[in-house]
Amino acid sequence: MRLFLALLGRDLALAGRQGGESGLALLFFVLGAVLFPLGLGPDPGTLAGVGSGLLWVIALLAALLSLERLFRADWEDGTLDLLAARPEPLVTVVLSKCAAHWLATGLPMAVIAPLLGSMLAVPGAHLGLLALSFLVGTPALTLIGAAGAALTLGARLGGVLTAILVLPLYIPVLIFGAAAAEGREGALALLAALSLAALALAPAAAAAALRHAVEQ
Amino acid sequence: MLEARGLACERGGRVLFRGLDLALAPGEAALVTGPNGSGKSSLLRLLAGLLPPSAGSLSWTGGGEPDFHYVGHGDAVKPALSVSRNLAFWVGLAGQGSVAAGLEAVGLSALADLPARLLSAGQRRRLCLARLFAAPAPLWLLDEPTAGLDEAAVADMARGLEAHLAGGGAAVVASHVPLRVEAAHRIRLGAAAP
Repeated sequence: MRLFLALLGRDLALAGRQGGESGLALLFFVLGAVLFPLGLGPDPGTLAGVGSGLLWVIALLAALLSLERLFRADWEDGTLDLLAARPEPLVTVVLSKCAAHWLATGLPMAVIAPLLGSMLAVPGAHLGLLALSFLVGTPALTLIGAAGAALTLGARLGGVLTAILVLPLYIPVLIFGAAAAEGREGALALLAALSLAALALAPAAAAAALRHAVEQ
Repeated sequence: MLEARGLACERGGRVLFRGLDLALAPGEAALVTGPNGSGKSSLLRLLAGLLPPSAGSLSWTGGGEPDFHYVGHGDAVKPALSVSRNLAFWVGLAGQGSVAAGLEAVGLSALADLPARLLSAGQRRRLCLARLFAAPAPLWLLDEPTAGLDEAAVADMARGLEAHLAGGGAAVVASHVPLRVEAAHRIRLGAAAP
């Protein structure tokens, strides 16, 4: 627990201090949502049906953008070695870094999603659902992405590899996330199930991958 | 404090060393020497539990959970955080210790509030070593601790190591720079048959 909190505090301080990947991801999210209406034309009829789906696609790409370096900086500067040499299991490290990543990207995305949604002509009654779907679904993006990022640590072009590895696993999250945002029945429950499954499986996979990277 | 029996290390199908025995008692230091590529770093990573040995066994005889500091090639310094915040993270992990004492020991007290990105390579190394003095641990595993340090800092490090040993601590040190420290054990690598 001490490791979890210390690492969480440090990662949030890093995210706040240098903006870094999480700032970039949020910027990407906002810019994407701002640019789409410009490209598609301002007609609310065109936008209304696709708004929440678009936001989910942009969020997914933004998550990919920020996850590539989730473990890389710690791996390159030797921090990961020191953490791996500690008695606590590496799963704690993974969970802590995922929590920090989610707090710095997933949560702010859920907060600004209704604002961007109204720009994309999402009906007012659905804005709450949109935020809720982000709140429930973005942990899955972080956790699955963390496993991908850990697996590609040693590889050159790790970012591209991460995307190839992770995108197929992101597709169910995208489908149910967009469906939940539109208020389809059962979609929110399935989205929550995806996040919980990711919480159960991804940290162990990421920890094993980190151990392998350290032992290289 | 640390007992190794018949340790062997194999990297990429090449045997770096085999049959290495070491029994380290409190107050003792082991000096690891050998040419580049002879497996000094691998030995220290192995002792830190970062590499599985290909043969042999390793046990902690210091009582309780293994408690040690490992200093590797990476400085594990975050450029965006201040000098003291960098050290505070490691002290927080250890659960006890003093940031001020650590910075004092490596002569970085005056730079405590500076962002670590402004440090020189040698100062970054000193910040990395400050962990040793800020949050005491009975065993130090030091891989080229003096890399990038100036003469005065090397002397400081040797004094710090001596004080650590005098206080009942133990250390395994791989270094090209001869540290003026009484070493109870000398491990010479590079003699193993390929």
